[in-house]
Amino acid sequence: MSAPILELREVEAGYGPFRALFGVSLAVGAGEAVALVGANGAGKTTLARVASGLLVPSAGSVHVDGAQIEAGVTAAWRFVRAGVMHAPEGRSVFASLTVEENLALSFQRAFGRAGLAGGLDRAYELFPRLGERRGQIAGTLSGGEQRMLSLARVLVESPRLLIADELSLGLAPMVVDQVFETLSQIRATGTALLIVEQQVGHALELCDRAAVLEHGLITWQGPSNEAGAVLESRLFESGAPH
Amino acid sequence: MILASGFFEDLFRGVLQGTPPGAVYALIALGFVLTYKTSGVFNLAFGAQAYISAAMYFKVHSVWGWPKWAALLVSVFVLAPLVGLVLERAIFRHLRTASAVSKLVVTIGLSVALPEIFNWAARFSAVAGRQITGIVPDGAGVYYDPFGIYRFNRDELAMMAVALAGTLLLAALFRFTMMGLSMRAVVESPRMTELSGVNANRVSAFAWALSSTFAGMAGVLIAPRFNSLSSGDYFTLVIIAVAAAATGLLISLPRALLGGLGLGWFIAVFNTFLPGLADDHTWLRPFQENLTPSLPFVVLFAILVLWRAVGRQREASDPLAGVDPPPPALAALERHPKLTMFTRLFGVFFVTVVGLVVWFRADVLWMSLVTKAVIIALIYLSVTVITGMGGQISLCQGTFAAIGGFTVFQMADRFNMSVLAAALIGAALAAVVGALLSLPVLRLGGVWLAIATLAFAFFFDAVMVKFSWVGGGSTALLTGTQVPRPLIGPIDFASDRAFLVLAVVALVVVSVVVIQLREGTIGRTLAALRGSEVAAASIGISAARARIVAFAVSAAIAGLGGALLAMHQQNVNYALNFAPIVALFWLVVVVALGSRTVEGAIQAGAAFALFEPLILQGELLGWIVRGEERLPEFFPLSGNWRLILFGLMAMQFARHPEGLVEHGKRRSATRINGWLEAREARA
Repeated sequence: MSAPILELREVEAGYGPFRALFGVSLAVGAGEAVALVGANGAGKTTLARVASGLLVPSAGSVHVDGAQIEAGVTAAWRFVRAGVMHAPEGRSVFASLTVEENLALSFQRAFGRAGLAGGLDRAYELFPRLGERRGQIAGTLSGGEQRMLSLARVLVESPRLLIADELSLGLAPMVVDQVFETLSQIRATGTALLIVEQQVGHALELCDRAAVLEHGLITWQGPSNEAGAVLESRLFESGAPH
Repeated sequence: MILASGFFEDLFRGVLQGTPPGAVYALIALGFVLTYKTSGVFNLAFGAQAYISAAMYFKVHSVWGWPKWAALLVSVFVLAPLVGLVLERAIFRHLRTASAVSKLVVTIGLSVALPEIFNWAARFSAVAGRQITGIVPDGAGVYYDPFGIYRFNRDELAMMAVALAGTLLLAALFRFTMMGLSMRAVVESPRMTELSGVNANRVSAFAWALSSTFAGMAGVLIAPRFNSLSSGDYFTLVIIAVAAAATGLLISLPRALLGGLGLGWFIAVFNTFLPGLADDHTWLRPFQENLTPSLPFVVLFAILVLWRAVGRQREASDPLAGVDPPPPALAALERHPKLTMFTRLFGVFFVTVVGLVVWFRADVLWMSLVTKAVIIALIYLSVTVITGMGGQISLCQGTFAAIGGFTVFQMADRFNMSVLAAALIGAALAAVVGALLSLPVLRLGGVWLAIATLAFAFFFDAVMVKFSWVGGGSTALLTGTQVPRPLIGPIDFASDRAFLVLAVVALVVVSVVVIQLREGTIGRTLAALRGSEVAAASIGISAARARIVAFAVSAAIAGLGGALLAMHQQNVNYALNFAPIVALFWLVVVVALGSRTVEGAIQAGAAFALFEPLILQGELLGWIVRGEERLPEFFPLSGNWRLILFGLMAMQFARHPEGLVEHGKRRSATRINGWLEAREARA
């Protein structure tokens, strides 16, 4: 059996004196889709950051394709080059660059100078709103539009593994449906997914496996169709499942 | 070319005459913009980088006698990028997500230390009168006169050509290349750039090498304009060039070029016409005499204050800033209660022992040094208020102190007033000036505030000090700005011991005021504003009021300290004590050691005043080995070591932006806390 694309082993991580993860192990294999669910403050975003190389774990290790990667602020690009892409939560765009420059920064590396125009076209097809505003400074876009820009970058590239953190946050319901539609399309082409999502229903529908994170520990892992029942039986502080 | 009237000919000649200096400003402004755009650092050390290459060029060409092309290659295309790479790797990589204040402090430190380190390492010292020869053959000797009214030499033409070509090339780099795009992206968010698959470290290393090369090029091209190489001249040029860079909001290269040229033209035209006008209208004369040297600073100040776009510009924040751990609380709050008690007891013990030793054993020199340390600590408390509490950086604290000093001098000299009363008036006057200054500059964010205050300091230095009602005018040149010691009833503070007591009392009073301020409404408000201005505004906090008060209080403290320093030395000694460069020095010392606490200010004051005699002159070591004759031969160390160590301190600060003393305290508190807890667990 080949090594999983991404594997976290006994990872502990946090911010300064605050600990957010206490020994988390999780693996995502090729073509697999995993939903990561949990209450606010359970450590989901921290886990996503460790998984994409943004945050250095204070203990444990992160492996991409079986090889341990030395994580850190300066190593996230290695994850990207290995095909692990991360769409961080919130308005994660370069506010001072234009929409097109934001996309070009990723696409030129991924598709080369020749493939740049094709990549931009696909992004504007996915989110026509971005095409209308291609020359606009990204910082002046609305919250939802910035979200689209941040997603367009990763959705168009169809990486080997896509880590998406709260991607539906701030988007209109119709756009959310469209985003999940796109996700299932790129899944069909072989992209593995690690989805962190408050809209549990959507996420579980898309994924075949689920992991429940509570207080920095994974307390349950299993097929996603069983996760609904597990979540019902546990009391969440917020983000009730539907 | 014949022009219709004398006026237009004069105007045109003024413009031509202003073009070469304009090209100098443009070159520096371009490099400054380049650094800011590609690294996000408001690089006041740019002049130091330029100086290093110019000095290396001089050494290689004029001293070693290598050909010009080889000198250019070594100084600009080898040494300069190397300096940039080292700076990036050793310092600025760690500062990417640091605050604007920390970055600025580090670059100020570097601007002093880099030239000294180079001079020491290369055994270089500029000889006055030995001019640098430019890079083009016979650059200073061959003239061209395209319009028949003003001649340009080849060096000047080379400078203008490089400025123009540099603008075009760099603009093309940013517009058309992936590297240009990546450099802009890294400045905004290194992490987001990494998430796009770009190696942010490599990009920023390239950016520093590039901007440093440009600095070196500018340094070598400009050098023939100086009589002798001095890093101070380069530093002043950078401050002036900031005015040109500001016209493009620090990001537009073409505007920096035009801004630099425009500044050169404006100054030249001004100088062409003002003397004539002043001949006709005598009331203009003092302005003409005083304003000319400071014109660039006036222009800079005017641009910053009057041009609204500068005030509105904010640094784009990193959307992934949340990945960084939050700044830790003060170590003192996390200490074990036993440790706190022990620290206090030890503090009292240490101060008592030092006090007793100074009181009974110190000679005149040491008494005077300790008094100076106490007064400098008092002045540093003004930085604690504005930077430590307010989170804003003011580079004109020396000016406020000078206002205090000059007020005492004027009041005592003219009205024979009691100097203590005059000191209070001086503090009040400084507070008024501080409040007035804060009105236009406070809406500026981050580094702009720093530059506006620096422009004010240079303006005061170049214009105000020369007025007889401030600096004493021509009489002061003969007799000095003398200030008597105070006299209260029977107590004559002419005695050094009595004056030391007075200084200590003043320090204690001001410390209590600062602590009260920090714990009170103003302090809490400032803390909230430091956290988030928007969030503070949303709960009804007025940023303006708290900041004006902080500025005024800070200015008053500095004014009082300046007055005391003048009394102590019985002379204002403006150039030695309060000149803008000295004030920059102050700021770096206090911010690097710790500007958040009162102890930090006191320790910084002691370090500033006592480091040189204690450590460099070997007094401390001499006391340890008992006897000066046993000191190693390299003592006393040269004063230049002070500047180099100062730079090293600034570099250390880059790693510990909370302040070095605070960093040490936290480290020891963590260790001792662990030890104490382990012991309690055993018991």
